[in-house]
Amino acid sequence: MKPFDYQRATDADSAIATVSRDPEARYIGGGTNLVDHMKLGVTQPGKLVDITRLPYDSVESLPDGRVRIGATVRNSDLAAEPVIRQRYPLLAQALLSGASGQLRNLATTGGNLLQRTRCPYFQDVTTPCNKREPGSGCSALEGWNRHHAVLGASERCVATHPSDMAVALAALDADVLVEGPDGQRTVPVTELHRLPGDEPEQDTVLRHGELVTAVELPPLPFAVRSRYRKVRDRASYAFALVSVAAAVEVSDGAITEARIAFGGLAHKPWRATAAERALHGAPATEETFRAAADAELAEAETLRDNEFKIPMTRNTLAAVLRELTQQEGS
Amino acid sequence: MDSEITLRVDGRRETLSVDTRTTLLDALRERLGVTSPKKGCDHGQCGACTVLLDGRRATSCLTFAVANEHSEVVTAEGLAEKDEPHPVQQALLDNDGFQCGYCTPGQVCSAVGMLDEVKSGWPSYVTDDLEEPVELDEDEIRERMSGNLCRCGAYANIVTAIREAAE
Ligand SMILES: Cc1cc2nc3c(=O)[nH]c(=O)nc-3n(C[C@H](O)[C@H](O)[C@H](O)COP(=O)(O)OP(=O)(O)OC[C@H]3O[C@@H](n4cnc5c(N)ncnc54)[C@H](O)[C@@H]3O)c2cc1C
Ligand code: SF4
Ligand code: FES
Ligand code: FES
Repeated sequence: MKPFDYQRATDADSAIATVSRDPEARYIGGGTNLVDHMKLGVTQPGKLVDITRLPYDSVESLPDGRVRIGATVRNSDLAAEPVIRQRYPLLAQALLSGASGQLRNLATTGGNLLQRTRCPYFQDVTTPCNKREPGSGCSALEGWNRHHAVLGASERCVATHPSDMAVALAALDADVLVEGPDGQRTVPVTELHRLPGDEPEQDTVLRHGELVTAVELPPLPFAVRSRYRKVRDRASYAFALVSVAAAVEVSDGAITEARIAFGGLAHKPWRATAAERALHGAPATEETFRAAADAELAEAETLRDNEFKIPMTRNTLAAVLRELTQQEGS
Repeated sequence: MDSEITLRVDGRRETLSVDTRTTLLDALRERLGVTSPKKGCDHGQCGACTVLLDGRRATSCLTFAVANEHSEVVTAEGLAEKDEPHPVQQALLDNDGFQCGYCTPGQVCSAVGMLDEVKSGWPSYVTDDLEEPVELDEDEIRERMSGNLCRCGAYANIVTAIREAAE
């Protein structure tokens, strides 16, 4: 590992100034992704600015009904937070489905959002990878691509985004609060992560030095009935092959509101707007659920090893919607 | 680049100078001679390096020692009171909860941390009702302990031991 200088940030302004002026500097949260990448040689920062002691470690209910989650709140604390368990169960479930108890105690909200793909070629510095080394090629295209994308991929990169939490946040239309050298801005979480296009090395729209300070959840009363379901190769402690985050409202047997997002299918958490349109106003039946999945998957393109994701997505969405709408009816 | 840090490890105050690249796991094992946390994978994937960090279970291989200045670290070694094993350790002994023992210190710290999480009412991915108190049945234990792999496959007895320790 390359030697690096370590600094513990005591205030956000100087942390932002330090990282902004040094292209080799990086923020570090829990370190559970960054330290791994430093060991693997995927990332070689010359300076780390530790942000875990900045005052962003609380979850606040705001007067306007929004909930603000500080960027350094640990994944385990967020999942245990009463307001999240009551009002946004899909978010608690998504967090609890990720990694392990001892990793969630370290992992932060900001770091979870900005974790990088688990594509094995990205993590193996001996293989070509456009995301790690722009222009070197994509080893997954013709290689092992079971975990890779079926939506929104490009010829340059077919990686998927690994975060479970981010999928729930996408369904909830959360906002990401960002502070940079030029001030603050708010980025909708659905616009934070990019599709790979010609620049797979850019995971997100953030610029170097921008610090995530918080995530805000809008009030969404029908999210009290919501679900995150994750399908994977083993029952626990594995990344998603496919995951579904969903919240629905049913009235007189018809779906009046629906929020759907998919994980494991794309370079970003995939907000399923076509599926939502297909559900809106339709009867809560198996046919409707399947049609919604088909609407979203119409543009899907599969690779050698990941065709199974299409029926898996369809079945998982139908199962989640069945569960949520039956609950409502009973 | 070296940096001086102070930690409390198993009740002792330790001040040492570490290269910033040293993980907490390597500082414990290589610098302080505390070898109960084990290095299985060094990438967060096996749980063998689990310690209690300020009272919470954490993988020590994915955090730099410098990031843990002033932290309180308790390893499986420090959980025992003199010659009296901790109840979780005793339950593993009583139930043959290990074979080679390599994963065991991590299992012990993880179980101790996990039982505290249950006491605090934390749900897990298999908890049906997120607002009801948790009932620690076998599914709950398996889910909550999934971050600790055991190459010898002693899982069945580990689960039994943890159930016993929880009572
Ligand atoms: C074995 C294993 C299994 C896992 N399984 C899952 C899983 O099933 N599901 C899942 O979702 N995740 C999983 N993870 C990933 C885990 O959730 C992430 O590693 C974790 O959430 C990252 O958070 P962190 O605080 O440790 O980030 P760090 O490693 O500290 O940082 C990650 C990145 O974010 C940047 N960063 C951190 N905070 C900020 C900020 N506030 N502003 C700007 N930039 C910032 C860092 O510079 C770095 O680039 C797994 C990890 C491991 C090791
Ligand atoms: S899919 Fe993306 S991350 Fe994986 S090898 Fe190809 S370019 Fe790299
Ligand atoms: S050595 Fe830390 S998790 Fe395997
Ligand atoms: S007892 Fe041998 S690895 Fe668990």
